[in-house]
Amino acid sequence: MTAVLGYYPYAVAGAIVLLGLVGIAISRDLVHAVVCLSVCQSGTYVFLLAVGFQYGGVAPIFGSTVHRGTPVVDPVVQALSLTDIVVSAAVTSMLLALVIQIAKRRGTVDPDELRSLKG
Amino acid sequence: MSRRVRMILLVVGLLGAVTVLAVGVSGLPAFGGHHHPYRDLAVAASLRHATANVVSAVNFDQRALDTFGEETILVASVAGVAALLRPVRRERRRRRPDVPVMDSTRLLTAVFFPVTLLIGIDVMAHGAITPGGGFQGGVVLATGIHLLYVGGRYRLLERMRPLPLFEITEAAGLVIFIAIGAAGLAVAGHVFTNILPQGQLGRLISSGTVVLLSGAVGMAVVSSVVILLAGFLDQALALEEVPDTDQDSDGAEEAAR
Repeated sequence: MTAVLGYYPYAVAGAIVLLGLVGIAISRDLVHAVVCLSVCQSGTYVFLLAVGFQYGGVAPIFGSTVHRGTPVVDPVVQALSLTDIVVSAAVTSMLLALVIQIAKRRGTVDPDELRSLKG
Repeated sequence: MSRRVRMILLVVGLLGAVTVLAVGVSGLPAFGGHHHPYRDLAVAASLRHATANVVSAVNFDQRALDTFGEETILVASVAGVAALLRPVRRERRRRRPDVPVMDSTRLLTAVFFPVTLLIGIDVMAHGAITPGGGFQGGVVLATGIHLLYVGGRYRLLERMRPLPLFEITEAAGLVIFIAIGAAGLAVAGHVFTNILPQGQLGRLISSGTVVLLSGAVGMAVVSSVVILLAGFLDQALALEEVPDTDQDSDGAEEAAR
């Protein structure tokens, strides 16, 4: 039982990524697909934070209440999640701008109707 | 590819992905354990440089070169969005009148506009000693400016964010970041060395270059988010297709919702 609980957060992270993938695959709207990609990336935040967690650990910000010896959670993965979020925002904005251009030029955002290549 | 084939491929791919994830995760240490070697190294390095917020220390001191790459990605994506969102042939720009909004919304905007700007500056300035930093504070600041739009003051928003100025501050944020890194190279022989005196842990002026790099990133992030949102708002509000000129009022009302 403890073995299952020990890996439960990783399973949640994996499930979020896979749900996002399913969303992209069955999407009938490009905006929906972009949001699903964001869901996928959210799974990586959960995964990173789960890797760095420690029972009883506090936020890695030292001061009057948190001293050198106090157990803290891993700040390295938190910094990586921040990087992840920034990159995700950059990717999402680029993709949404592409969707706007596609909607203007082709009059649809349904990927199934965007089969043929047009110049 | 038909929908049916796609679904079969999806199921096969998902099964493969689940297998790979399960094999990968089974090698990880269990959740919540005490063994975090990177944590121990990062905390020690952060305390050596008197940086109370270890996440900021990792971002702006230990991994400053990576953060430079990250900031560059953001700035590059802004350039990409600006290129993609240029008005196309059939569109023209129109002057939008301020639309009426509920009094309660206006009141809340008036209250929260200055508060949000203050919080943004606070989060950015205290990035080295409390949760926050350039990225977070920058996003809060840019959001605060756009409260004007929520309050129906789109024209005021356009005056409050002169885009040519924000284009300059965006580039300047990146240049200052590089300059601090190059100063480290010149003085200590390594890029992004923390060359300034680091002071005392927990003071506002502490942690050396972390505060400066955080400020430079904040400057670039504020400008990037403002320029990005300006591009998207422009698409929704200020541009219209030429054939639709006689239905102007309808379109404006719809866009305002």
